[in-house]
Amino acid sequence: MSMHTGIFSHAQLADRIGMVLQAEKAAAVYFDNAATSFPKPPAVIGAVTDYMTRVGGNPGRSAHARSVDAGEAVFAAREAAAELFGASNPMRVLFASNATDALNLAVQGILRPGDHAVTTAMEHNSVIRPLREMEARGVALTVVPCPDGRLDPERFSRSVRGDTKLAVVNHASNAFGILQPLRDIAAVCRERGIVLLADCAQTAGIIPIDMERDGIDLLAFAGHKGLYGPTGTGGLVLAGGFDTALLRPLKFGGTGSNSDSEVQPDFLPDRYESGTLNAAGISGLNAGIRHIFSLQDGVKSVHSHKKMLADRFINGVRGSVRGFTGYVPAERIETGVVSFNIAGMEPSEVAYLLSERYGIMCRPGLHCAPLAHRTMGTFPGGTVRFSFGIFNTEEEIDLSIQALGEISSGKR
Amino acid sequence: MKEYCVILFQTVTQSVWTSRLLKKAGIERKMVPIPRSLSADCGYCVRVLRDDAQRVRELLDRSGVGCARIENYQ
Repeated sequence: MSMHTGIFSHAQLADRIGMVLQAEKAAAVYFDNAATSFPKPPAVIGAVTDYMTRVGGNPGRSAHARSVDAGEAVFAAREAAAELFGASNPMRVLFASNATDALNLAVQGILRPGDHAVTTAMEHNSVIRPLREMEARGVALTVVPCPDGRLDPERFSRSVRGDTKLAVVNHASNAFGILQPLRDIAAVCRERGIVLLADCAQTAGIIPIDMERDGIDLLAFAGHKGLYGPTGTGGLVLAGGFDTALLRPLKFGGTGSNSDSEVQPDFLPDRYESGTLNAAGISGLNAGIRHIFSLQDGVKSVHSHKKMLADRFINGVRGSVRGFTGYVPAERIETGVVSFNIAGMEPSEVAYLLSERYGIMCRPGLHCAPLAHRTMGTFPGGTVRFSFGIFNTEEEIDLSIQALGEISSGKR
Repeated sequence: MKEYCVILFQTVTQSVWTSRLLKKAGIERKMVPIPRSLSADCGYCVRVLRDDAQRVRELLDRSGVGCARIENYQ
């Protein structure tokens, strides 16, 4: 089969992608990887391009080569995600459009009026908003306080009631990079017969996760952050022992299966995947996960790289940036996410100057996590957030320290 | 003339998985439309040589792909 895209050959395209990425990398410092990662590995762009230019079909809808190849591409991503999260079966990887979509499926699919749910005071709006909506529909909700940003398993255990059905726990804060003791919480959930939903939007591809070992029943992930896939990708992974009868689908529709029936199929993954999947994005996601696998030590090396960058930043700003306030000690930041403020300046002003004067891109404000900011004492002003990725370098950290030093001393 | 079977599943995801497993195992297979006489589904199934049917059945049982129907295919 010809490898021509119609405009460029694939080799020409790969060269152009490489050049464009290098130019983009040189032009700016990107510290907003917790929002979405950038740049993407060239293999991700290549996989999306390959789908758009060669594969092209609707996965699972026909037996022609384009449909079959699309089905293969999507399945390869299921296998990659299952391997990454220690899931027993790739059929239990359900694709969604992002972590929020996956969290909504889990929260709305499990809870019924009269149930009780428990969550933490470190949640993102992607968790607390669906839970507040369920509360308005008759679900009782307990938000467990997290002094210093950490959930105490004992305190969590005391919040559990006889009618508690679901616990939703943020694996790591998108605003503060603090990790929750998921395994200890899972032990409580197991003992009390509660479904544990882990929001791994900020840890997938960054912190080693094994669903069986960690005791996670439902794992929501974003594909476009630590997994380096395109935006519009994410998913929910079901543990091997999780009973799907507990989880109602949120969407109903065409699945390419049981086409003679007007009733939604009850088998996986079709029960939860109605409508055409984002096959182009999922092809990229597969390449993104495999890029993480290809690194020496895989996820562990991502974790250590991010810790190194966060340590270097926090140690570097100490003494050289006037009025710098950090909120979490370096040793407790696990995901390369650093929230801070500069005395006398609004976070948005700092971020604007960083972007305009130094080409350093970050995110100021509340990071869609007002609950976490309340817990950490940074509501409503918010913080400046730097979130590092696998392509960030020590030189970029040093440049940002220098820039913050100049901004804080009024050399604007 | 070669004689074939088709393996039918609940979902095409199982068909794709099976196709990949058979490829890894070096077993000849092809994705084909589901014969109308066997199912009204619009998806596809996996065609294998009838002589390989037993091996395929064992492989599927071991791998956790899930329930499958093996039918003769003309």
